[in-house]
Amino acid sequence: MLVMAAVLSAGIVLAVCVGKYPVTPGESLKILLGSLFGSVSGSPEMTVNVVMGLRVPRVLASVLVGAALSMSGAAYQGIFKNPLVSPDFLGVSSGACIGAAAAILLSMTTAFISLFAFLGGIAAVALTVSIPAMLRNRSNIMLVLSGIIVGSAMSSVLGFIKYIADPDTQLASITYWTMGSFSYISLKQLLTLLPLLIVPMTVLILMSWWIDVLSMGEDEARALGANVRMVRGIAIVCSTLLTAAAVCVAGTISWIGLIVPHFGRMIVGPSNRRLIPASGLLGGVFMLVVDTLTRTVGVTEMPVSILTGVIGAPFFCWLLLRQQRGSAR
Amino acid sequence: MIYGIENLHFKYRGGEREVLNGASLNIDEGELVSVLGRNGAGKSTLFGCMLGLLKPQSGSIKICGRDLRTMNERQVAGIVAYVPQNHNPTFDFTVFDYVLMGCASKVGLLSKPGTKEEAAAETALRRMGILQLAERRYTELSGGERQQATIARAIAAEPRVILFDEPTAHLDFANQIKVLRIIKGLSENGYSVAVTTHDPNHALLLGGTAAILDGEGKLCSGKVSELITEERLKGVYGADVRLRYLDEFSRDVCIYPNL
Repeated sequence: MLVMAAVLSAGIVLAVCVGKYPVTPGESLKILLGSLFGSVSGSPEMTVNVVMGLRVPRVLASVLVGAALSMSGAAYQGIFKNPLVSPDFLGVSSGACIGAAAAILLSMTTAFISLFAFLGGIAAVALTVSIPAMLRNRSNIMLVLSGIIVGSAMSSVLGFIKYIADPDTQLASITYWTMGSFSYISLKQLLTLLPLLIVPMTVLILMSWWIDVLSMGEDEARALGANVRMVRGIAIVCSTLLTAAAVCVAGTISWIGLIVPHFGRMIVGPSNRRLIPASGLLGGVFMLVVDTLTRTVGVTEMPVSILTGVIGAPFFCWLLLRQQRGSAR
Repeated sequence: MIYGIENLHFKYRGGEREVLNGASLNIDEGELVSVLGRNGAGKSTLFGCMLGLLKPQSGSIKICGRDLRTMNERQVAGIVAYVPQNHNPTFDFTVFDYVLMGCASKVGLLSKPGTKEEAAAETALRRMGILQLAERRYTELSGGERQQATIARAIAAEPRVILFDEPTAHLDFANQIKVLRIIKGLSENGYSVAVTTHDPNHALLLGGTAAILDGEGKLCSGKVSELITEERLKGVYGADVRLRYLDEFSRDVCIYPNL
């Protein structure tokens, strides 16, 4: 765990240095420390602007988004005792896409696009959760089916919005938004969203052991003394908030919430007491690497989801292969 | 009295049949009860109701004098531990982490088990004689070892009564005897125990009390030696089974004459 934290901090400093505008590690460290203690001197103004105005918010955003998606992925996999669910399977991402697309359609500002995305994500999950409640069947499988229903209904709505959007301007930005990017993030926006990331992360870490108990199955967990509805409720709310906040910062980013928990289990074992914090650190590192690649490799910037998919799919394959060998041992 | 179950009626939603139809049963401190019945007679349903997982349509269940309906999961788990049938958990927890979950009723919602709970888990592992398996993966254990780990998890809860749901299912002959011996030992150490089984021989081996669920959801109970008779077994199982006294072991055995 300490090693992971060290790798993450080193990665942050390194990522701040990498980019089209060259800054040495020493210089960026000086600027970072300088602005922490309120006095930046001796560095050219342009360098300070690049580091503090562009790279630092972006690096922080990618680390936080990676951590948020990975932690909520780990929590969801535990609650639904299914290692194949990802943070967006209750419909958060598709709901957020509709929110954002609607805001783009109405030609709103970036701040409103984020707000709409957040509300859309929460609304979609509320809908997913209310279907099993209406049918008076609170089992996990019902919730998963409900997620599939809401998800596909949302994609139809998104398709409709794309259909009526202005193909020259709006359609492109909707599509770009759904593929995820960190390029529009500002430090102010990030700070506004910070509580929505930090509070659910803390709660998930605190109740991580109960997610272990829940992964034994509903009846067994209750017989062990767990208040299943309460634990599951709080964990879903936290994971949903994390995913919605992440989507709001960077659009929808695929794969990371699914594979990082698997990778984490390989390193620290399946207990969520260690897995959830470890997923946060690993997810932060992974997202940081991916985002740094998107803005340094190639002439123009690539949407993040393209790269997470390219890395994620084969990586997941390799993980499954390794697990197969492990169980055959 | 640990359990006072009175006139329980239970029907599954959308189901026609009353699975439990006026079932009553008392379990005293230190009592060992074998619940017998055919497949689908309602043994697991009875346990579901006793654990508060299923809500009976009428009748009452009292645990240590308290009405089960007024108790939450944590309060029930503080008194009753449950050993479910063998199953495959999704994640391959270590045996120690698995046993530690037995302490759930003593851990707060936003906290984790501490040194006290870890000590309880270790004691439970030692009592089951499987401390050497602590760091192994639960999913790698054999059927018999898994059952031992699950019993250790039940003991770690420091309960007053333990419910075993078909503890010998899916176990080979030697492991069945081993688990029955453990159950008998727990009962001798003061735990109240209820065991569901479909093999009358297990009830005869365990001794104590028998409770028989017939196909109509009625439950009758009494001393094993008095309740388990040839006629009653024939009636319950609808098969030609015989009860023979073996002088050599001075006990009854239940056998099938022929196929």
